[in-house]
Amino acid sequence: MYEILKKVSWSDQEPKITEFVLNAPEIAKAHKAGQFVIIINGETGERIPLTIADKDEKAGTISILFQEVGASTMMLGAMKEGDKILHIAGPLGKPTHIEKVGTVVCVGGGVGIAPVHPIAKAMKDAGNKVISILGARNKSLLIYEDKMRSASTEVRITTDDGSYVKKGFVTDELKGMLEVEKIPVDLVVVIGPPIMMKFVCKVTEPHKIKTYASLNTIMVDGTGMCGACRVTVGGKTKFVCVDGPEFDGHEVDYDEMMARQRQYLPEEKAAVDICKKKMCHTA
Amino acid sequence: MSEETKDEKPKKPKVPRQGMPEQDAHERARNFKEVTLGYTEEQALLEASRCLQCKKPFCISGCPVGIDIKSFIGLITSKDYLGALGKIKESSLLPAVCGRVCPQEMQCEKVCVLGKKGDSVAIGRLERFVADFQAKHGGGELPKVAPSTGKKIAIVGAGPSGLTAAFDLTVMGHKVTVFEALHKAGGVLVYGIPEFRLPKAIVEREVKVLEQMGVEIKLNYVIGKIKTIDQLMQEDGFDAVYVCNGAGLPWFMGIPGENLNGVFSANEFLTRSNLMKAFDFPNYETPIKRFKNVAVVGGGNVAMDSVRTALRLGADNAYIVYRRSKDELPARKEEVEHAGHEGVKFKLLTAPVKVLANDQGWVKGLECLEMELGEPDESGRRRPVAKKGSEFVLDVDAVIVSIGTSSNPLLFQTTPGLGQTKKGYIEVENEDTCRTTKKGVFAGGDIVTGSATVILAMGAGRGAARGIDKYLKDGEWWSKEASA
Repeated sequence: MYEILKKVSWSDQEPKITEFVLNAPEIAKAHKAGQFVIIINGETGERIPLTIADKDEKAGTISILFQEVGASTMMLGAMKEGDKILHIAGPLGKPTHIEKVGTVVCVGGGVGIAPVHPIAKAMKDAGNKVISILGARNKSLLIYEDKMRSASTEVRITTDDGSYVKKGFVTDELKGMLEVEKIPVDLVVVIGPPIMMKFVCKVTEPHKIKTYASLNTIMVDGTGMCGACRVTVGGKTKFVCVDGPEFDGHEVDYDEMMARQRQYLPEEKAAVDICKKKMCHTA
Repeated sequence: MSEETKDEKPKKPKVPRQGMPEQDAHERARNFKEVTLGYTEEQALLEASRCLQCKKPFCISGCPVGIDIKSFIGLITSKDYLGALGKIKESSLLPAVCGRVCPQEMQCEKVCVLGKKGDSVAIGRLERFVADFQAKHGGGELPKVAPSTGKKIAIVGAGPSGLTAAFDLTVMGHKVTVFEALHKAGGVLVYGIPEFRLPKAIVEREVKVLEQMGVEIKLNYVIGKIKTIDQLMQEDGFDAVYVCNGAGLPWFMGIPGENLNGVFSANEFLTRSNLMKAFDFPNYETPIKRFKNVAVVGGGNVAMDSVRTALRLGADNAYIVYRRSKDELPARKEEVEHAGHEGVKFKLLTAPVKVLANDQGWVKGLECLEMELGEPDESGRRRPVAKKGSEFVLDVDAVIVSIGTSSNPLLFQTTPGLGQTKKGYIEVENEDTCRTTKKGVFAGGDIVTGSATVILAMGAGRGAARGIDKYLKDGEWWSKEASA
């Protein structure tokens, strides 16, 4: 059992964004940037893959951050400080390859900022100049700004509606950096909605800048057994849970990945409706 | 019900092989309750009375773990059911499981003398009877555990192989910790084999016995990730490690359209339904798709489990697509028969060539070729050869791929010194000693052999336990060069 030591509400707008700081000393010790965990929050729960957003090895804690988009995450979000999560397996997936390459741009979109955080931190610790580009729909949905500032050399922010810093998309900012400011960039790491990752890769491709994309496909076991997470990378089928989650972003078939992510939308919607009713009854 | 009548009865026994009571085929094809109901005491006594108590019982040599079949059946005839169970447990930890899922017709029952002229003794059903009798009526004692040796052993994977090794090593007096990646112990017994063939309560019961004996089971521990094997041995003080983490990534066919929506590995489909109980969605939160027309590619037990699960989830047409003929189906005979009775359609001598998509990116058909059997191949089976111009489209909205699994890559990524075979499995000295190329590390089960059966994995667990016990005493290891 893993106690919720701290609950942070990042956004009360639906879908809500919530962060838990969990007591998980062994996972905190083993975790490396880029890895994820699978959590189950009750006897009837499903296995939810969530990337580790932060950790404190001394305190023995890890942070997970999630948007309440489905029934399982809504129920997770209803948990309070002091409550315990039934199962956590991890860390899973291959860690990000961290080395000193020069200038690294870390692009995080929406809740994708959370998993980018440990990577930015590790890249900076390795001696890289880290420029982070954070994107959110609006100011109130922007998460982890302070943490990203301390994990980066420089932070740039875009909001879709212009409610904070610069109006626009992360792709506009990246394009400007590469093509107008002509900043030499050695590596780009991008995490966010697949469509955003696809277009970030389209920006970096003509410049031949190596780009890692961290994929968040559907998973069941998350340990290399079921194949639910498979994606086509460079024409070959790869498994996100054991071959990834990071891949060469220029090689990923995003359209196939997005189609596969929509597989359970009707079931998820039905589950959300039931969950809302249940929560109303218990509230 | 499914018992074949025989033309010729041997002198002895006078009673015919007792049929297994089953749920009605039509009814059970729509529920997840166990298909076979088990012998009554009366049936068990009749069946046991058929055993000739041979002086040289071949059945025992037909059992991969060498159960003293003759003696346990003898004990049944004298109504000492707990004694019979105790006799089985001298060699096998999981009689309630093996009585249900072992391919007896390929093992003990294949060599039963009665089988030469008629029907062999229904050994598996008797094994199940005594295990179920004890579960229902209680009694029986925990196995005796030898005084502590002070040695600690880590087992990676709580499937049939790991549970068997844990049992044997604990009885020998060693302290065993089992590390399981999933949130439930049992491995394939909980994620793979469906409830209608092996109720999960049985697995839980067996796991509980182990815990009562002092085995510690740590769930959600992915060895190779949270801890490496070297850390287990160097930091946590384990004297030996047994790796039995099972099969790994599913194989796909490599045909166009395999990543379309509606194509699943059998592992995914079964894990959702069995481990995550998605058949009971939304009471359980993991979703599963309910398709009307489903093709399962493959002919093994996993394929039969998948196709029968698809039926139970509401399919109108559930097909087995298999490129060889009925005689070559690797599944247990009983499962093939059960599937047929439940309405599964067999598309034999049929090989898929392409998964077809609708305009939404979902499966709308499976293009296949008809095959005929040609000359025997390396496996001794006649090689299927495509008939020219025989393409046809099977009208399905889902394809479940059940053609086996490769090895799990996790441990190799983080265990220096652990040798790998050409096929990607863990290299061992031989399947009896289970010694790997890394000192103190043993391996067995599917991670060594590739996809096999529960009982073979259990046999490997026994072998590993013996090997580990010996190693803990003499510290000897093998060298690949010396044995080459």
